[in-house]
Amino acid sequence: MTKEETKQVMIDIIADVASDEDFTNIKPDVRLRDQLELDSMDFLDIVMELRKRHNIEVPEAEYPQLASLDSCAEYLTPKFEALGK
Amino acid sequence: MDYLNTSSHYDVVIIGAGMSGVAAGIRLAHFGQKVCIFERHNAVGGLNSFYSQSGRKFDVGLHALTNFVRPGVKGTPLTKLLRQLRIQRDEFQLAEQKRSRVAFGPSGEVSLNFTNDFEVFESEIARAFPAQIDGFGKLVEAIRTYDDVSLGAQPVSARAVVKSFIGDAQLEDMLFCPVMYYGSAQERDMEFGQFVIMFKALFLEGFARPFDGVRVILRVLADKYRAAGGERRMKCGVRKIISTQERATAVELDTGEVITANHILSSVGGPETEQLLESTVTTAHTSPVGALSFVETITILNQQPRELGWGDDTIVFFNDSERFDYTAAQDQVDPRSGVICFPNNFAYADGQELPEGVFRCTCLANYGEWKRLEERDYQAAKACWFGIMQASARRFLPTVSNETLAQNTLATDMFTPRTVEKFTRHFGGAIYGSPLKHRQGRTALENVYLCGTDQGFLGIIGAMLSGISMANYHILRG
Repeated sequence: MTKEETKQVMIDIIADVASDEDFTNIKPDVRLRDQLELDSMDFLDIVMELRKRHNIEVPEAEYPQLASLDSCAEYLTPKFEALGK
Repeated sequence: MDYLNTSSHYDVVIIGAGMSGVAAGIRLAHFGQKVCIFERHNAVGGLNSFYSQSGRKFDVGLHALTNFVRPGVKGTPLTKLLRQLRIQRDEFQLAEQKRSRVAFGPSGEVSLNFTNDFEVFESEIARAFPAQIDGFGKLVEAIRTYDDVSLGAQPVSARAVVKSFIGDAQLEDMLFCPVMYYGSAQERDMEFGQFVIMFKALFLEGFARPFDGVRVILRVLADKYRAAGGERRMKCGVRKIISTQERATAVELDTGEVITANHILSSVGGPETEQLLESTVTTAHTSPVGALSFVETITILNQQPRELGWGDDTIVFFNDSERFDYTAAQDQVDPRSGVICFPNNFAYADGQELPEGVFRCTCLANYGEWKRLEERDYQAAKACWFGIMQASARRFLPTVSNETLAQNTLATDMFTPRTVEKFTRHFGGAIYGSPLKHRQGRTALENVYLCGTDQGFLGIIGAMLSGISMANYHILRG
């Protein structure tokens, strides 16, 4: 999986978790929380959807790695690769 | 068909298919838990359900959905709920209230209008209580900044807090009347956190209703639950929770069948859940049964209430006494205060109107005084109080003569604390449950949790959020 594909995975998840947000102009290098109204309940859902859909576990200590789409791609792409995706 | 492939073990058993139980079920099933809801009644909804009589569908409970905010307003309970349950807001088909009122005095001499725009309420208070508007502004600021979803807040008297900002007893009572009627399980006073939740739900957010009433919301919930893979068994109550030491192992159904579970989420109330644990857990009962129950009269009209001369009010909270007395009625009913609801007076899409007029009136009642009546006396008491309640409420509406009202009435119905007890199994017919709330949903057993009314989030949005929060907190995060 490429980093761009990882970003798309994240966008798909966020679009389900916070379907009332506008996703058309998300900047990959800016914190998601600075662009979208996401609270801690929403972040927990994103982590849980990652587990449900892709079997990827994100330990609580590593939640900050999911701050922006770029950081998600850096952090998650090796995890997808480790799963053979 | 939910009944054919029933299992004898679940990750989570949910007791009760009310708003909180089904909302919890959606979360749990969505995230892969094997979950089943057991409901003693034949319909979902619990305290917020509906029934049919002579071809008409009647809502019970819901006057209006509180916590309404318009699209684009973020971070409020309604938005959180929709996100957590993956519901698109259009699915609830919400139409906003037209205008509501708090009317005090023998026939509503002091009146405060409010709508879903909070400025209307502020300007009404500035008009009727000019000396109090600064204090009111500070109270609102304290409410806005209060952390009402904290699960560990210490209880504080709402009366004491409100008094510290509002120096006029009548205004104080006019703020408490709607807030208490729409959610307080406690007489006279309430916990400030609960007051904050309800004040926001009623005044800072607002009222709305689906054209077809509460069943629209219940249908959305039931569909989501089924689509997520949740199971439910109706007419199938739980009579006992079985445990060994500190953990529950199973539930025993009314049929005698035993269902094992890793977690049990009970939406049936604090005292009611303690009774389910009674035979196996020796800890003393800690939750008092709620003292507050209600009667409601329902009058079906052959025209819109507006056409009869009653205007456009959506909800009217009324009180005729010098001090508003939110306590169990001394007699069967206390007609001095109450709530009038006209479900017709929401701004439905495309100017649609309900096919018939509906005039609902709710007053405080006394469970014991209704409970002790023989059936014949019970029917007579209903007939007697129906007239008294209607007459009391009509003092706060434009005058419509008795003859006109009688000529245009198609049907009536009434529920009492006995009806509430029969259909919801809430002890004492206590709609808002026990005055003791368990914010963290803990019980005597480590894997039995409460959700719903006695967890302490209020209103139907609160009920659903309660189920969601408890499912998240105790099970999904675990």
